[in-house]
Amino acid sequence: MSSNAIAIAGVSKRYTIGVAARTANFRESLAAMVIEPWKRLRRLGGQTSAATDFWALRDVTFDVAVGDVIGIIGPNGAGKSTLLKILSRITPPTLGHIDLNGRVSSLLEVGTGFHPELTGRENIFLNGAILGMLRSEIQRKFDAIVAFAELEQFIDTPVKHYSSGMYVRLAFSVAAHLDPEILIIDEVLSVGDLHFRNRCLGRMRDIRDEGRTVLFVSHDLTSVRQLCNRAVLLIGGSVAATGTPDAITRHYEQMNRDPQSTSGGMAERTNPPPHYHLRRVELRNASGAVTRQFDAGDVMEIHLWSSGRAPENSFTAEFRLLNDSDEPISFGAANPVRATYYTADQQHFVCRLGPLPLTEGAYLFNFTVRVWNQVRWDFWERAIGFEIQRCDLFNTGHGVSNVHDGDFVIQQEWLAGDD
Amino acid sequence: MWPGQAVYPSRTLRIEPAQSWQGLNVRELWRYRELLYFFVWRDIKVRYKQTVLGGLWAIIQPVAATLLFTVVFGRLGGLSKQVNGSYALFVYIGLSLWTFYANAVSLAANSLVGSSHLIAKVYFPRLLIPLASILSGLVDFAVAFAFLLVLMVVYRVPPAPQIVVLPFFVLGTMVVAAGAGVLFSALIVSYRDFRYVITFVVQLWLYATPVLYTIDIIPARWRFLYAINPMVGMVAGFRASVLGGPFPLDVVLVSIVSTMLLLAVGLRYFTAVERRFADVI
Repeated sequence: MSSNAIAIAGVSKRYTIGVAARTANFRESLAAMVIEPWKRLRRLGGQTSAATDFWALRDVTFDVAVGDVIGIIGPNGAGKSTLLKILSRITPPTLGHIDLNGRVSSLLEVGTGFHPELTGRENIFLNGAILGMLRSEIQRKFDAIVAFAELEQFIDTPVKHYSSGMYVRLAFSVAAHLDPEILIIDEVLSVGDLHFRNRCLGRMRDIRDEGRTVLFVSHDLTSVRQLCNRAVLLIGGSVAATGTPDAITRHYEQMNRDPQSTSGGMAERTNPPPHYHLRRVELRNASGAVTRQFDAGDVMEIHLWSSGRAPENSFTAEFRLLNDSDEPISFGAANPVRATYYTADQQHFVCRLGPLPLTEGAYLFNFTVRVWNQVRWDFWERAIGFEIQRCDLFNTGHGVSNVHDGDFVIQQEWLAGDD
Repeated sequence: MWPGQAVYPSRTLRIEPAQSWQGLNVRELWRYRELLYFFVWRDIKVRYKQTVLGGLWAIIQPVAATLLFTVVFGRLGGLSKQVNGSYALFVYIGLSLWTFYANAVSLAANSLVGSSHLIAKVYFPRLLIPLASILSGLVDFAVAFAFLLVLMVVYRVPPAPQIVVLPFFVLGTMVVAAGAGVLFSALIVSYRDFRYVITFVVQLWLYATPVLYTIDIIPARWRFLYAINPMVGMVAGFRASVLGGPFPLDVVLVSIVSTMLLLAVGLRYFTAVERRFADVI
């Protein structure tokens, strides 16, 4: 047996798209109802019209070693779902082939085949069988499945009477008791509440720690970083990059933030509101260069320009700093954080920020202008992103990244205790 | 060494582009036999949920049709004169098998599009879906057949000794239903037009089958051609095994051959296109 659990070799998938339907009026629709069948019949006879080919995947090649947990990320339409469908044998590749070594379970969703009229008990058996479990296996695991779903009282109730939470719990519980060597899984984790998500992640960690191979497709970069030991970035149907989850997710985030360039530290407002607003921002480093790349310990200057005269005197500009999970991690304001009040004529604001105590990773600013504690005049969401490339505040040679070590480094000293 | 390795002997599975000749993977079908069982079990469980009369519908359907046909064809059409004994019993025997067949074919034909969600999300041999539709109809048939036994008591018709070969014709009917159902189910995935086609094909098929009349009204020299309709042999044989009388062996043999041909055509087309289902459904 080779050490690869999954070997994907030159896989391409072509879809043929018919001519896009144009919205027609009623008379045209009636006419088309008569004419179209003849056109379609002619097409069947070999006369292909303007049907166009679309390659959802192009020459995708990568291997997954036994025990790897690999995350597939990429924008919508990158071919993630198509790759999953091919791996799950739902649709065949047009070219290339895939070798799977081991017992495979694939989960494109939880609860596939659940029937609303059947009881929880009956659906466990049906869904288990659909996912490839044997009846004896389901019988053996039945109590564990019910207990995991916390549905002992309702197990003989038709699932149409379940709440959506109960439904998902039962569905996930069946899936969690699969026992594959290779698990192929779609964003099943994106369902349910926070408590439930955490349990899903916990179960995924168990599977990983048991040394099984997992191929995981997700939009949730945080869980890819937490669970995976390798990541593949798909763009436009091709593999754009493979590597460590940290590197690949950061690369992807940078791309997302900044489709045009990753170097210019300037952003202009697109689609600004008609009234008073912020229109432009620049990030400058200590030497005055406009950039998005900083190191921890650098001082950053934020330059903001507004569209004209402000509605009132004594107003403030504010920022909120977000980490790469879009969580606000810091706040700053001309006032009340600092007692700086702008007059209505002021159209250019500068915030000198730093030294930055941030760990390596991508960050993002939101900006607001208003009179403190009153209705805001303008809110510029996700205005500009920047990257901390290097965080080694104590010159030890070890970088600190925001993936595992939080977003901040706090000044610290380590001493020997007395006794 | 990792835990799973010792327990499950690993096997390599290669996923390749679809070939036009896939062949029938009998080993895989056998491996998935439990899923077939669960599909049948589900269909049976769900069928009469939220109905008041439940399983009675399995009797009401052929009985109502029998009454209708007895009046229309038996009395008004004069077909009852060709039948020895009760025309109603004669028709009910044919209709109990025919109802099973017609329901099985219609359900099987529409089963794939009805399971499009499953097909888009999970792999399993697609053939299980139409086959399950056919097998799940057996329960209804059993109920209708039990009622037939009641009718035989009522009409004082003792079962003939050749009733022992009756299961063969039920099995044969299932094979015909499988052939037609599998073929139409695959056609409907790509061309929904066949949804309408199957409806009137089944209706016309009834009249091309000796359900309401005896095969004796077909001239002997045409009978060979007539029996190419595989249901001719099944219905004629089924009735002969219930009522006794001369056994239409020639017709049955021809129908067996055409049944096998139909099944081969159905399976051939199905296996050629089944891997495309998820893309076009």
